Amino acid sequence: MSRVLAVLEQRDGALRKVSHEVVTGARRLADAFSNSTVDALVMAAGAVRGADAVGGFGADKVITLTNAAFGTYAPEGYARTIVDRVKAGGYDAVVFAASATGKDLAPRVAARLGRPLAQEVIDVAVESGAVIAIRPVYAGKALLKIKIAGSPAVLSLRPNVFTPVQRPKAGAAEAAAVDGSAGRVVVKQIKAAPAGTLDVAEAPIVVSGGRGLKEPANFKVLEELAAAFGGRAAVGASRAVVDAGWRPHADQVGQTGKTVSPTLYVAVGVSGAIQHLAGMRTSKVIVAINKDKDAPIFKVADYGIVGDLFEVVPKLTEEIKKLHG
Amino acid sequence: MKIAVCIKRVPDSETRVKIAPDGKSIDEAGVKFILNPYDEFAVEEALRRKEKAGAGEVVVIALGPAAAQETIRTALAMGADRGVLLQAERIPADGLQTATALAAELKAGGYDLILFGKMAIDDYNHQVGPMVAELLDLPCVTTVAHLEIETGKGTAEREIEGGVEVVEFPLPAVLTTDKGLNEPRYPALKGIMAAKKKPLEVKPTTIAAGGLDVVALMPPPERQAGKIVGEGAAAVAELVRLLREEAKVL
Repeated sequence: MSRVLAVLEQRDGALRKVSHEVVTGARRLADAFSNSTVDALVMAAGAVRGADAVGGFGADKVITLTNAAFGTYAPEGYARTIVDRVKAGGYDAVVFAASATGKDLAPRVAARLGRPLAQEVIDVAVESGAVIAIRPVYAGKALLKIKIAGSPAVLSLRPNVFTPVQRPKAGAAEAAAVDGSAGRVVVKQIKAAPAGTLDVAEAPIVVSGGRGLKEPANFKVLEELAAAFGGRAAVGASRAVVDAGWRPHADQVGQTGKTVSPTLYVAVGVSGAIQHLAGMRTSKVIVAINKDKDAPIFKVADYGIVGDLFEVVPKLTEEIKKLHG
Repeated sequence: MKIAVCIKRVPDSETRVKIAPDGKSIDEAGVKFILNPYDEFAVEEALRRKEKAGAGEVVVIALGPAAAQETIRTALAMGADRGVLLQAERIPADGLQTATALAAELKAGGYDLILFGKMAIDDYNHQVGPMVAELLDLPCVTTVAHLEIETGKGTAEREIEGGVEVVEFPLPAVLTTDKGLNEPRYPALKGIMAAKKKPLEVKPTTIAAGGLDVVALMPPPERQAGKIVGEGAAAVAELVRLLREEAKVL
């Protein structure tokens, strides 16, 4: 029998949504092994709201490990706790989210286990007992298919790729306190972005702007469109406008920014440089709005509108508001 | 302050990726190679820390082929003091092997800070820095976008989903740098000339393949060019209809 460990994330004592995707991916991997179970692990200062729901996404057991120092991310304490569990539990795979926390934590765990790590995985399978992972390289200009020899396989899953699948079965729950300190690296504070702000890497809808916006203040047009989607959209930006200082780097989509896979990507006034296309080509549906009908962005867009964005976008905002009104 | 910066030679971000006949790597013919953009922030930060301290040394270390000497020279031209190339024919897909080779070189160096770019723009491995930290048992903060260093300790800010984490750590430490930390300088002509005379040690390195086997490097699924729905604001109603009824994303 094989076992897969899914490492979940919480913030302020509530399970982060990306954890549903991690459990879904872990379940897919467990099903690819034969006769396999999924344990989901979350570390926190106390009980985690929403943790019991992951049974519905395919976890056979939800394990909550508590420590007063685990309220916020404690890199060394978390890594130590996971490694202890993995060694005790005989897991064949350990699955993280390729989130800010997961991408920091997974290498620590892999190194402590002396195991290789596949980050930002978009598909998993099992062939002859070995885990096969597919992950984008060169910002998505190519896909790398790798075989992970030996056990456990350590992977992180790119957000927005493993669509959560609900299952009728509920999982068992286990809770235990763990000893030890946070470690030498301590999170002192989280400066929260304004309420409701979504990260471009995790948002189901991304509205991105480029040079066509003409000046920083005009991003208001995109913020209004994003807001019309009722808290499901984030505003992204091209490298040109980030380099010009119009938008923060956190919003940059492309090879030196974030690679995103939202359900809907709306590129506004973005010409479509190769490094930008690399960062968003895995979006499910792409809409381009640009005044230049020859802009490369139209070559990857499912739907395009040629025209003045300052006329098209407000109209689109109005139509979206009608849908959600 | 003694600072090590681990850098990588990578294909330029404007490169069109062509898959080599082996089906497992890129065709490097005609590809322009550059210093990994995220590593530029690490080099710049090291130079600023040394300048602020008024004394110290910035050592640039790369694992890669002989041609990576050029990449090291770029960092030396920015102002780093000396370079070390761990010369290996290829960089393995398994980042832990790269981390192991770098950790062996860094171990006895007596560095106050070891800096990496947060990731390389070719393999997207996003792991070598924190793995080196684990192998050397050093504290580590990744994707640092703001940094303050005092005697024996530091405070870093790193972007997380929907906010910024403020993190404290003791020195010596391993940090990986994100865009936004600083504005990397361009090498001046004087620096480029000086770099030619700076020490660059080449150490032949044998590197294990590790536990990751590359099965294939594949082009991403082609995206079919879609349709132009129309021109101007008049096309919006049709676009919304298509997004609802055809794409079913609204």
